[in-house]
Amino acid sequence: MPERAPSIALRLGIAVALVLAVGGVGVAAAALAYGREAAREAYDRMLAGAAFDIARAVGVSGGDVVVDIPVSAFELLALAPQDRVVYRVIDREGATLTGYDEIPPPPRGAGEVSFYAAEFGGEPVRLAAVRRRFAERAYSGEVAVVVGHTLRARSALAWDIARNAMSLAALGGLCLIVLTVAAVRSALGPLRRVEAALAGRRPEDLSPLTVETPRELRATVGAINGFMARLARRMDAMQAYIADAAHQLRTPVAALSAQAELAAEETDPERLRKLAERIRGRAAGLGRLADQLLNQALVMHRADAAPRERLDLRLVAIRVVEESDHDLASTAEDLQLDLPEDAVMVTGDALSLTEATKNLVNNALRYGAPPVTIAVRAPGRIEVTDRGPGIPEAAWPEAGRRFARSEANPRGGAGIGLAIVRAVAEAHGGRMRFSRPEVGGFRATLDLAPGGAAEGAPS
Amino acid sequence: MRRAAAALVALALAAPAAAQQAAVTVGTGSGELVVEGSTDIAVFLPVLEAFAATRPDLAIHYVELGTNELFARTAEACAAGVAQADLVISSAMDLQVKLVNDGCAQPHETEAGRLLPDWAHWRDELFGLTYEPAVIVYNRELVPRDEVPATRFDLIDLLRARPARYHGRVATYDIEASGLGYLFAFADAQQATTFGRLLEAFERADAVATCCSAELIDAVAEGRYLIAYNLLGSYALARAAGDPRIGVVAPADYTLVLSRAALVPRQARNPAAAKALIDFLLAPEGRFRLAQAALIVSFGETDDPATATLAGAPSALRPIALTPALLVGLDRQKRALFTALWRSIMASRDDLP
Repeated sequence: MPERAPSIALRLGIAVALVLAVGGVGVAAAALAYGREAAREAYDRMLAGAAFDIARAVGVSGGDVVVDIPVSAFELLALAPQDRVVYRVIDREGATLTGYDEIPPPPRGAGEVSFYAAEFGGEPVRLAAVRRRFAERAYSGEVAVVVGHTLRARSALAWDIARNAMSLAALGGLCLIVLTVAAVRSALGPLRRVEAALAGRRPEDLSPLTVETPRELRATVGAINGFMARLARRMDAMQAYIADAAHQLRTPVAALSAQAELAAEETDPERLRKLAERIRGRAAGLGRLADQLLNQALVMHRADAAPRERLDLRLVAIRVVEESDHDLASTAEDLQLDLPEDAVMVTGDALSLTEATKNLVNNALRYGAPPVTIAVRAPGRIEVTDRGPGIPEAAWPEAGRRFARSEANPRGGAGIGLAIVRAVAEAHGGRMRFSRPEVGGFRATLDLAPGGAAEGAPS
Repeated sequence: MRRAAAALVALALAAPAAAQQAAVTVGTGSGELVVEGSTDIAVFLPVLEAFAATRPDLAIHYVELGTNELFARTAEACAAGVAQADLVISSAMDLQVKLVNDGCAQPHETEAGRLLPDWAHWRDELFGLTYEPAVIVYNRELVPRDEVPATRFDLIDLLRARPARYHGRVATYDIEASGLGYLFAFADAQQATTFGRLLEAFERADAVATCCSAELIDAVAEGRYLIAYNLLGSYALARAAGDPRIGVVAPADYTLVLSRAALVPRQARNPAAAKALIDFLLAPEGRFRLAQAALIVSFGETDDPATATLAGAPSALRPIALTPALLVGLDRQKRALFTALWRSIMASRDDLP
């Protein structure tokens, strides 16, 4: 695990903080806009109310427009207690009937009620204008009532609303943080259970975990279980291998030791020479056996561990021929290659495949009859064919299993070789098969694509 | 009381119709503080002296002016952008509100101001300093004890029941001549429907509308008038304290309360000193001095028989609030309408009976 990987809680914390920061800015902006809008609307209505109140009090008396400003209109305006108040009543000619002359009239083309901004005594003011039409004999035309005030109450209300909205949002954010912490703790609970289950195990216990986990963790627990299964398999294989190796080595070493004893007591030089010859043969056999055991160990290791790559099976076959045991294949006719023109690509470990094929070839050279043919077939098969009788059909299912050699194949080392082939095939998701070609003899196939299209193709 | 330097100067203006201008300087400090107010020098001087005692660095010039002239000067200086006074204290609350509304005042953010009741301050620019009821003043020798009106209804009934005794001997401010009278009358019109009936009663009794608190109180004391309506309680009580002929009633139905309002003009030369004076007047010592000057009238605890009737229900007290609503009374059309209504009912007399 990388050293500086941040904790899940920290990651979530950062994510939530980011969301809250972005959201907070958004909420603040929205709250301000909303507060401003709400305050504008509220106080515009108040202004319009006051303007209507005054407009209702406009009358025509003896040719003059008379404005009897109701106190209630100003009491309404005084609801914005800290704001200066302006008003002006304008007749159809634009002359001031009463109020402040410096207040601008409503813009041309404005409707019955209009709102606009202006400045009064160095302070910005918001104005509401209401038009009232008169159709009297003495006065025909419009009277505009303009009422306004400074913006203190508006800003105060806008801030107030914004502040309330923001405190609510902040409260929400706080709840979110608390919930997040709780959620993280609860979500990490199963992980801790897995951790406890693993920590509480005896070292040799490689059985799958049975901890109750949520769906999201099933893959992780599956991976852990898969890993433990592989580990268990490796341990089993290792133990079996050790037992196997001990079993395999015991007999030849005992035989060697017996013959060495005989040789020690032999006085006749002729028989001593024959004994020495036999001991040499035994020793060579023992050497091959040790080689094979080591190869098997290597292949077993690589089966689980080596990285897989795309490779051409034809190259594997060529390499096998190049590295074949020249003691066994005395002539070129003894070992033949049968390769297709196109590459046969598979995904696998070249070394394991080469070793497995080599074992098949060595078996054929050693126990079969020449010529031995290495054929490569699409989509992913290597066939090794010889003219000998091969393994009897009855032993096929058991061939390659450990300890199968002594009964079914009394000729020694072939059992280990087949075990390697079988292990390689299985590690590649394929299998080892035996068959009898129509022309006679025996064929062992390392099939990396079982059930493939080339299954029934003639050789 | 230490009187550092008090010079009383009375200046008779050229035009006889113009208001009398008087000025006084308190203190000999190097800092100048110009206060212009409508309060009588004699009443306000002790208060100013108390302030001067706390600020020996100041020389305080107090100029007494009529409310209208005070407003005109201040508005003119405001429009021209020149300095006039550092502090303007006027009993014409409506005109003071207009000055603030027109942007002629500067804010004074003070804790003492914030502690004032809502009606007594506006925008941190206008502060109600005093508490002066509008009262009915009567002649204690000529008005029988059982006829002393406790409410406006009593007054209306009295004028109806005793037309002979009170005919032509009831007086009130001429609202065309007195800004204070107009302010009270306009506030009366807002307060109750009594106002219309009261005006009718005044008309029946051929009531007199005339000018000026001092003259009205003198006339009541001398018996030329028996009852004067809506007089400023501070002056009336001060006079009643030294004149057994004068009785004072705070109407029990409701009593208007006026608060002299102070503002610091935007162009004030010495706003800091002006604000210090406001703070002083709002602080306990200033309140005490104002109370001593009868500018803050407390209700309910008095042994003085003349003011016994002031012990009305506090709920009847209606302070005139410093709000833009006072601007309505100043509206030229509204004023014309209201004055026309008044004039149509009240007989205006220049000569006393």
